[in-house]
Amino acid sequence: MSIELKSASKTVRGITHIQPTSLKMSTGHFNVLLGQTGSGKTSLIKLMAGLDPLATGQIFLDGEDVSKLSTQKRNISLVHQFFVNYPHMSVFDNIASPLKVTGMAPSEIEGRVQEAADILQLGPMLKRRPHELSGGQQQRCALARAIAKESRAVFLDEPLANLDYKLREELREQLPELFAGRGAVVVYATSEPEEALLLGGETALMDDGIVTQFGQTAEIYRKPTNLTAARVFSNPPINAAEISKVGKVAKLHDGVSWDMHEDAANLPDGEYVVAIRPHHVLPVKQSDADVALNGIVQVTELSGSESSAHFQMGANGWVSLSAGVHSYKVGENHQFFMDAKKAFYFAPDGRLVA
Amino acid sequence: MAKVTLSNLRHSYLSNPSRPTDYALKEINLDWKDGGAYALLGPSGCGKSTLLNIVSGLLTPSEGRILFDGKDVTSLAPDQRNIAQVFQFPVIYDTMTVRENLAFPLRNRGVAESKVTKRVAEIAEMLEVGEMLDTRAAHLSPDNKQKISMGRGLVRDDVNVVMFDEPLTVIDPHLKWKLRSKLKELHQRVRATMIYVTHDQTEALTFADQVVVMQEGEVVQIGTPVELFERPQHTFVGHFIGSPGMNILPASVENNKVIFNGNTVAVEGNIIGNGGTTELGVRPEFVSVSATGIPARVRKVSDIGRHAVIETMVGDMRVRAVAETAHFEQGTEVHLTFKKDQTRLYRDGWIATEVAS
Repeated sequence: MSIELKSASKTVRGITHIQPTSLKMSTGHFNVLLGQTGSGKTSLIKLMAGLDPLATGQIFLDGEDVSKLSTQKRNISLVHQFFVNYPHMSVFDNIASPLKVTGMAPSEIEGRVQEAADILQLGPMLKRRPHELSGGQQQRCALARAIAKESRAVFLDEPLANLDYKLREELREQLPELFAGRGAVVVYATSEPEEALLLGGETALMDDGIVTQFGQTAEIYRKPTNLTAARVFSNPPINAAEISKVGKVAKLHDGVSWDMHEDAANLPDGEYVVAIRPHHVLPVKQSDADVALNGIVQVTELSGSESSAHFQMGANGWVSLSAGVHSYKVGENHQFFMDAKKAFYFAPDGRLVA
Repeated sequence: MAKVTLSNLRHSYLSNPSRPTDYALKEINLDWKDGGAYALLGPSGCGKSTLLNIVSGLLTPSEGRILFDGKDVTSLAPDQRNIAQVFQFPVIYDTMTVRENLAFPLRNRGVAESKVTKRVAEIAEMLEVGEMLDTRAAHLSPDNKQKISMGRGLVRDDVNVVMFDEPLTVIDPHLKWKLRSKLKELHQRVRATMIYVTHDQTEALTFADQVVVMQEGEVVQIGTPVELFERPQHTFVGHFIGSPGMNILPASVENNKVIFNGNTVAVEGNIIGNGGTTELGVRPEFVSVSATGIPARVRKVSDIGRHAVIETMVGDMRVRAVAETAHFEQGTEVHLTFKKDQTRLYRDGWIATEVAS
């Protein structure tokens, strides 16, 4: 099974929401759409689901051109960020609803509903109404409906965004296993880079209605082809600053300089942008080759397993992310250490050059 | 500003509570210091909103007392307690300008106009909303509306305590961190006693000097973010704080040694107490995949970029390890070692090892 977009675009009242996009997503793994709110993830899903018309291009489901087919005829499922269930129906009827419309035999419906409910641990709750369920259970009900339907494609639009983070952790872990071997193409939209990495598979990075990079998730994280892609796939935000390169030395505008790694040292001299992930800027020196950065700590955050510090150095804001929980004194000068071997270098137009 | 004391506080929503499970809030004794930043952290249904409502006076506790600076306020109505509250959803007057909204709590109490002007200007500057002072609140984005709500909570300098009830729920994920850090900064500037209720560990740990972790109506630990992460007093704290949470593994104690799936595991220090259900607790950060140690099989590897989470099975128990690289094949036989000074024993959920002296 696959979904393929060929130069698919979307325009609303003359404004382009999705630039012409060509992409092929297939079954067997999660296909993640990663981007901030407003980057076009939901718009792209609506195009694929047939909820919005294409301005240009085509969409193929398993090789079949479905561009002009209505949502109902595409045989797809959609799970939203907000828990969408029929409030007046039992959990059983909620899961069964898309099957009933197809005129399926009641015995088969029963079997399918039971199977989906078992997978999502809703077995004992089939007689309840959605409002008698917790948030996590309500969303599992919506997921069970998508699973029971055995559709060709399942679109999950930030399905965990409204859940407590512990519940999110649990469901996120179960999701790939739930859909494994079911044949449907799974498309999962999220605004969280870590979620994309945890779900693995392939990821399309989205920014301003454009897919800036698409490929195997861990691979595009390690090798962003452009600065925008590097920014989209980083939380906290990737550190980026302009440098001047002379010989093998990179120099920030505020004077800090270091020897570039081999690939970068061979670039022609000139202006570039250096980008380094926050976990390669640490509060403790790891090696003598580390580059010291002195800045005033502006903001610190503790996430439970990690600590981040946002600091200002010259004209640029930087972020450090380190393991463990520790605090910094806000407003004070602090020294951080950058592992320059891990830096990316981009041309002024944003292309990755080293 | 005031010190807040909860003394032998208990609450049940039933009229004749008899068993411990009848209490939505089990006995609580604690002191919140004047000017401190505190968080109440726990999953939905843990009793944190009940506790918040007791502090604000919306709910009278079944038992015990609440004191502000030593003065019993248990039976005082909310409006007599002199507190400010910021809710999940912005509470502002849409028809008023931002300036009028911020001034409202002051004017309402007959504060002199000269002081109103001064306070509003100060708060607007702290919140960086100076440019929108003459904008009508109806025209603000949701995050700015919530900022103004916060400003209304902070504008009076005579309140005993400012309470925040999940204040970032409606904020877009990408703006959350800005408001989180803004709140922390505001606390450092105004030095009011602040209580922040949330189910989000990042919000709680980032904001508070001291976090009260609650589960099923019970306070399971009160501590600094570092204490909660490094030495959870209860398995729930280990599980709830940290992503992924602490590995909590069934273990037995034989001859003063901790046995996990047939392997003797060294723990941080002396084992205390006896009986009960014993479990071993070690964070994934302190589990390493090594050449020797507890035999395990790799079940799943998640490469999350800056490190990898290796999920292994020891018998039928799942043990997670954080490793620098994802270079492990699914199904491979490996060995695990637990860092001794970060490995603890828990008895019926509560810590049962001492720190080695």
